[in-house]
Amino acid sequence: MDLIVEGIKKAFFLIFTLDAEVLGITLLSLKVSGLATLISLVIGISAGTAVALSRFPGRQFVVSLINTGMGLPPVVVGLFVTIFLWRNGPLGFLEILYTPTAIILAQAVIATPIVTGITLAAIQHLPANLRLQILALGATRLQMLWLLVKEARLPLLAAVMAGFGGVISEVGASIMVGGNIKGYSRVLTTATVMETGRGNFDIAIALSVILMLLAFCINAILTHIQQRERPR
Amino acid sequence: MTAEIQAEILLKVEDLLVQRGGVTVLDISGLEVFQGQVLSLIGPNGAGKSTLMLTLAALLKPVRGNLFFRGERIADGGFAYRRRIAMVFQEPLLFDTTVFENVAAGLKIRGVRRGEINRTVPGYLEHFGIGHLAKRSARKLSGGEAQRTSLARAFVTRPEIVFLDEPFSALDPPTREALTGDLERILRETHTTAIASTHDQTEALRLADRIAVVNEGRIVQIGPVTEVMNRPVDEFVASFVGVETVLPGRVLRTSDGVFVAAVEGGEIQAVGHVRTGEGVLCCIRPEHVTLSTNTPFSESSARNVFSGTIRKITPLGLFHRVHLNCGFDLVSYVTRQSLEDLALAEGKVVTASFKATAVHVIPRRD
Repeated sequence: MDLIVEGIKKAFFLIFTLDAEVLGITLLSLKVSGLATLISLVIGISAGTAVALSRFPGRQFVVSLINTGMGLPPVVVGLFVTIFLWRNGPLGFLEILYTPTAIILAQAVIATPIVTGITLAAIQHLPANLRLQILALGATRLQMLWLLVKEARLPLLAAVMAGFGGVISEVGASIMVGGNIKGYSRVLTTATVMETGRGNFDIAIALSVILMLLAFCINAILTHIQQRERPR
Repeated sequence: MTAEIQAEILLKVEDLLVQRGGVTVLDISGLEVFQGQVLSLIGPNGAGKSTLMLTLAALLKPVRGNLFFRGERIADGGFAYRRRIAMVFQEPLLFDTTVFENVAAGLKIRGVRRGEINRTVPGYLEHFGIGHLAKRSARKLSGGEAQRTSLARAFVTRPEIVFLDEPFSALDPPTREALTGDLERILRETHTTAIASTHDQTEALRLADRIAVVNEGRIVQIGPVTEVMNRPVDEFVASFVGVETVLPGRVLRTSDGVFVAAVEGGEIQAVGHVRTGEGVLCCIRPEHVTLSTNTPFSESSARNVFSGTIRKITPLGLFHRVHLNCGFDLVSYVTRQSLEDLALAEGKVVTASFKATAVHVIPRRD
């Protein structure tokens, strides 16, 4: 028990004294996972809307792929991103392995199917005739797509939460493609793994508390927006 | 009919074929919609009314056929055309925002400036009786209020044609009645051309200048309201426009345009040019059948007078439907007042009469 109490004490000490290293790791985590979520939103909302509105042979299969992708194991993503970015891999020329950019890439790969799947469901859940009604109001194709996404904005907030929540707490891919380099590619999860391994439970607990607080704050804000607009 | 010839053709369809999954759902050789008139599409569920409506609004691409608006062919997916029309569906399909912003949607899509939107929208809100709801969320509206919002959203862009796809069929009767009345007034005031589909013939009657009866993807009959109501071309149309008595018969003799046809259990006199021996369907609208408790053949100018036993009386709101057995089945509508005055009851024997001119005759193909 002492271990936990001490850990929590240390955690708050580190947080309130704005420990430079912890602060740096936290900011990098936010930046990396935030950017990865942003990329996944751009790709996922476009792809999800496109699949939701189109009919083509093999659509069922594509939907199954997306749904499977929603549960993609981060270590598998880490493995494949590493292979792609390896010196003589297909994307080796980019020379970004063991950089924060590589983590963003891997996390975007993890979050995109999640956002795509939720978008797909959200758009399909809209009334079937809404698309025709919008076109009958004189909308261009682009205006129609925008209005549909806007109508699905509440479930899409869930996509943001699920996407961000998934990647900020993910460790396998980050450690594999980022390398957990101190002061460079070390994020909250990879640092926690390392400190735990070293037996520095106080720091590990501190990092975990910060991670949970972050996840909680961001979800609390999004939930607030969602509940405020909740249909009654 | 003269009004029809003079009116300008606003929308015209030629040789239209729509298929779904390889199955033909709509096959229309031609259809014209006249400027300033309301055309009602009536027919049973699944007849193809909605499909026809979507195709006419350029929201559904036909396999074959052309659409002409003011004489010009609608091409390129109909985008420019869609900015000149409006559509209201059975569901209100409102956006998740306020009533005001919903009504403003078509204007915003057209890039109309905020200032002009703020000047235009309130008038339409008032017109449709939703001025007091401007700031309310569309999610908190009753069915009738939501459909009023949808109507205001359609009319605010001053469309040249309004398509109304069973706009009131999901509403309760009093709300539907109020909305039909308002829509009727607004269509008349604004002289808007409209195409309204419904499976309710009384709604069609109130709004329409012309009626098109749709069945199994085809227009079975189209014409001015009175013509379709009184002179249906076949048994299906007859049953759909409220003709309750359709009797198959054979012409016995003719003289001076009046003929006598034998039907099962009796003889009916009717007007029409038919040949002796020809098979006919005699259609009689229930409101054209008069009931009395007098003995037959006293003081009636009607050619067709029968004694009959009341089999069943069904209340229909303002009217009662009376089923008679006169040797053949005959249906009459009487008011509640008449029902009481004549003391009509099941099993009672009464005299039913209708004029020879009230019988619509359809040649029977047998």
